[in-house]
Amino acid sequence: MPHITGAADPALMELPWDIPLSAWPEERIAALPRGLSRHVVRFVRHGANVLAVKETNREIAYREFQMLRELERMEAPCVHAVAVVTQRRTPGGEELSAALVTEHLAFSLPYRALFSTALRKGTLNRLIDALSVLLVRLHLNGFYWGDVSLSNALFRRDASEFSAYLVDAETGDLHERLTDGQRGYDLEIATTNIIGEILDLQANEDLDEGIDPFAIGDRLTSKYERLWAALTETETFDANVPFKVAERVRELNELGFDVGELDMLSTPDGQGLRIRPKVVDAGFHSRRLMRLTGLDVQENQARRLLNDLDEFRAVRAGHYDDEAFAAHEWLTTIFEPTVRAVPRELRGKLEPAQVFHEVLDHRWYLAESAGQDVPMPVATASYVKNVLPLRPDERAVLGRSLAEMTAELPALTDEVGTEFVPRDPFENDNTYAWGEVPAPEPGTTPPPSVRRESTRVPAPERSPLSGEIEERKRRAHDAAVAEEDEAAASEEAGF
Amino acid sequence: MWTHNGTLHYGSSGTYLPVKENTAMATVTYDKASRIYPGTERPAVDALDLQIADGEFLVLVGPSGCGKSTSLRMLAGLEDVDKGSIYVGDRDVTHVQPKDRDIAMVFQSYALYPHMTVADNMGFALKIAKVDKATIRERVEAAAKILDLTEYLDRKPKALSGGQRQRVAMGRAIVRQPQVFLMDEPLSNLDAKLRVQTRTQIAALQRRLGTTTVYVTHDQVEALTMGDRIAVLKDGLLQQVGTPREMYDTPANVFVAGFIGSPAMNLSTFQVHDGFAHVGPAKVQLERETVANMTEADKGDVVLGFRPESLDRVAPNTEGAIPVEVNVVEELGSDAFVYGQLPASLAHDPSGDAVNNQGQVIVRVDPRDVPGKGDTVWVTIRPGEQHVFSAATQQRISTHPVQTAASRSLAN
Repeated sequence: MPHITGAADPALMELPWDIPLSAWPEERIAALPRGLSRHVVRFVRHGANVLAVKETNREIAYREFQMLRELERMEAPCVHAVAVVTQRRTPGGEELSAALVTEHLAFSLPYRALFSTALRKGTLNRLIDALSVLLVRLHLNGFYWGDVSLSNALFRRDASEFSAYLVDAETGDLHERLTDGQRGYDLEIATTNIIGEILDLQANEDLDEGIDPFAIGDRLTSKYERLWAALTETETFDANVPFKVAERVRELNELGFDVGELDMLSTPDGQGLRIRPKVVDAGFHSRRLMRLTGLDVQENQARRLLNDLDEFRAVRAGHYDDEAFAAHEWLTTIFEPTVRAVPRELRGKLEPAQVFHEVLDHRWYLAESAGQDVPMPVATASYVKNVLPLRPDERAVLGRSLAEMTAELPALTDEVGTEFVPRDPFENDNTYAWGEVPAPEPGTTPPPSVRRESTRVPAPERSPLSGEIEERKRRAHDAAVAEEDEAAASEEAGF
Repeated sequence: MWTHNGTLHYGSSGTYLPVKENTAMATVTYDKASRIYPGTERPAVDALDLQIADGEFLVLVGPSGCGKSTSLRMLAGLEDVDKGSIYVGDRDVTHVQPKDRDIAMVFQSYALYPHMTVADNMGFALKIAKVDKATIRERVEAAAKILDLTEYLDRKPKALSGGQRQRVAMGRAIVRQPQVFLMDEPLSNLDAKLRVQTRTQIAALQRRLGTTTVYVTHDQVEALTMGDRIAVLKDGLLQQVGTPREMYDTPANVFVAGFIGSPAMNLSTFQVHDGFAHVGPAKVQLERETVANMTEADKGDVVLGFRPESLDRVAPNTEGAIPVEVNVVEELGSDAFVYGQLPASLAHDPSGDAVNNQGQVIVRVDPRDVPGKGDTVWVTIRPGEQHVFSAATQQRISTHPVQTAASRSLAN
């Protein structure tokens, strides 16, 4: 009987823990592994969710589980750890590795999925920016990652940017405060890994040869250093102090950070004031939006939504002196009708807040070509009809293309892809080996017949249409990529 | 100019002069180095004094929380040195950033890039360091030769076996030609079989490269089999440093005696009268110097230690034989060990916490004649094979090393 720690979900027991992960039945598997992993990793369908299951040894699994839970408690961007499964045994009694179960982050994208069709430089830059923000946030929390790479993060669309999430905490350590050496070394590992990943993409011609991997590495470092300095630097003011302090706080807010505590100290000569942000929390805009509307979205999405909300208030000046009241009105008359206008079958394409962001963009283009303002319902209808159907489904993108490349490539082990044949429990049973199975003796009563009934509901058969749906998705995806390239062209043209 | 060995640098006439390989002596010196975490009283590493010779394989070993990883990270530059200094060669690196220390942390878990050749996988990090192409190829080829990967250099990782992939990962560190390699429990995520294999490979590789290496593990068997020298730490304090043989034959205190060796040494406290330690019916003669080293504070007690192989199983009526009640028998093919208990009357324990296995005894027995659980076996102690420690200070007071059959297999 496997031992499951962590999850309040009895259904987890039903997964086939008595089989090595590499041999789990296909109907359980949502996709093959992601990223360049040194362990066997599988994505598994589980109710409405997708779970990521990783085989590793017991101590490492527990350690990583606790680390992820701790990071989650500190509101660091990372995946949710569901459970650790130990004491796994095959029916034959053979011991199996422990497993760490995490929840797949809905609407997240592994970087390889974003690169699987020729990737644009803009996208790559935005991924690097997202990763640098993630690294700063983790470092502020005292987390030394130890193996920063594009493979060890997941990315979610966040308005016109990306947000990055930590998925692999195995090599990490939590400290009270990181030393400069730890931060510097993490950054060095990051640079090396990312350059390696980009060179690999180029070797496979997934990425334009014109992109300079070494410049990308520098970009990460400079972005990181700039953000870190902005968040932690000590500044000294000697005139107009209250204004300067307010200005510093506003700058931090602009970067998306709340200032929880500020250290202020008079300079020795008593003339000036030294200030240093002591506690900064990411999510300034998303918290504000949450407070006003109850919507839980990512930082840049929140920024975009708040802009629209502010505009809404300004246009109807006088009606809404109270911000909370205006927010409620905006939510029920603008945001919700827009999101609800997305037909059910298209809801797996993008997150609601991302849809809203794209509708706003779409509306801008429409208005520009029409030469006049376009009302939100019109823009929404046009977006749902013309744009959204062509977007790929991103609710559960698990990097299939990557899986094909790396399924046979675990860094350390050979076991991936091995066939698992459960041992026949009667394999070496030699009873009756020397003769026939004896016939029942005459006169004995026949064995009673037993009616067997299962309480299990049979799994639904695969729809014959599923092949067609796949095909359509594929076509829609190709079209969307073509569109993205156009968008790229227009971006480069100066939009 | 501090670059990796073997790079080119400008001569005064503007021509390139190749720098001779490994000119600097890559010794490592901890000079009373301490790490005190903010908000704690007790240092995580307390005034560590340790000298590591050029080319030496030094293993830092100890139980969890002993400060071994912290010591390694201080050398790597990941932990601040709050007091004291650390030198690599003659260079003080105490406040130098990790990337400028010319030290490589070796991971067993490097990702390999599937579309790049083995050579590119090994060499790409040098490109970041702006090493020129010819030098990269030269170093990659040299590393491949050492790692037996020469014929695979132009293939993709897919074509390699698991073990070869692991060696490619090692290659990534080797081509950097650092002054010092650091390894922090590199085998912890391998299964038992692979661990033993890899252990041997790493040790052999280090000897071939001759690069100074500091290796951290909690596993004393790993330490005994891999290290040129071993440093045992406990509670942030260095307990003893020496060759595997020295650690085994002359442990400096009760902690090291109990920590090094598998199965563990038997350690118990006994009264001393007239130069004999009284172990129930048996009398163990102590050397004159040993007795002379006892002090008032010992109150006539010593801690005696015997390795399991220093006990002989004898007939019950043998003079001075000690009865041991068998709890468990462990059979390992060529060896068998009895885990047993001294009768309560013999387990003299005045201090209680001094020794953690009071009254418990491990005896090596003939694997062709193992007793059953619950049986009583009778043992005598081989004369002269006792380790004697002060009951008060826990420090070694016997003056001679104790050599047993097992110690001969260890490196001097």
